[in-house]
Amino acid sequence: MNTHDQAPIKQLLQQALPPVDEHAEPASDLWPAVLRKIDAGMAAPPWLDWALVAGLGVCAAAFPAWIPVLLYYL
Amino acid sequence: MQIDASSVSGDLLSRFRQGDIDAFETLFRLHQRAVFGWILRIVRSPATAEELTVETFWRIYRAHARLDPTRGFEGWARRIATHAALDYLRTQRPETELPIDLPAPARGDPAVAEEIRRKTAMALGRLPLKLRVAAILAVVEERPQKEVAEALGISVGAVKLRVFRALRLLRKDLAAQGIMP
Repeated sequence: MNTHDQAPIKQLLQQALPPVDEHAEPASDLWPAVLRKIDAGMAAPPWLDWALVAGLGVCAAAFPAWIPVLLYYL
Repeated sequence: MQIDASSVSGDLLSRFRQGDIDAFETLFRLHQRAVFGWILRIVRSPATAEELTVETFWRIYRAHARLDPTRGFEGWARRIATHAALDYLRTQRPETELPIDLPAPARGDPAVAEEIRRKTAMALGRLPLKLRVAAILAVVEERPQKEVAEALGISVGAVKLRVFRALRLLRKDLAAQGIMP
């Protein structure tokens, strides 16, 4: 399929999905929502980090021979 | 207050990099619209784009120490926004019609045009995510391939390849439905 062949399918796509207006903007100011999310993120415990640490701890306890290998790759 | 995005100073970026919330707000005011517009191009829903814009700026704030002031803010923000949009799209059920919350121009017989439009949007929704996003940004939105490549973290050649594969798959899909583009 060359560039010439692509023209009709491109046109069809552009008709199906009209390009977004260059001047599109949010319906409201999103800064308060960003601040709320930052505050919530700071207040919440980083559970994923702790889960990862716990998982590594369990693995290290169960398979101590892996520790040097793990340290090598870290 | 309108702020000119081109006036972002190295000092502002340095202050943001150190975690200065005022500098972050200034950057947010400068780039909110551009980030929203970029995400809207990918997800096609203003409400979702608003949520993802908030998510993007949250990610940006968390990653402030990783900003390279010499490379600027805009491209970095666009890349984070693209990742946020892709993460969202990965959680969506595949093979569904893309949301079309945006008005389409009327052409020819409205019923036929609407049917073709619907089937094309469905076919686009069935494409693998990587191909779909490349096609939307490069073909529908006609963004420069270099910009698309930077946002997706791939080479310009890879963008061209993804667009080529996307269009080929679309053509096959539409042909199977009796639409011969």
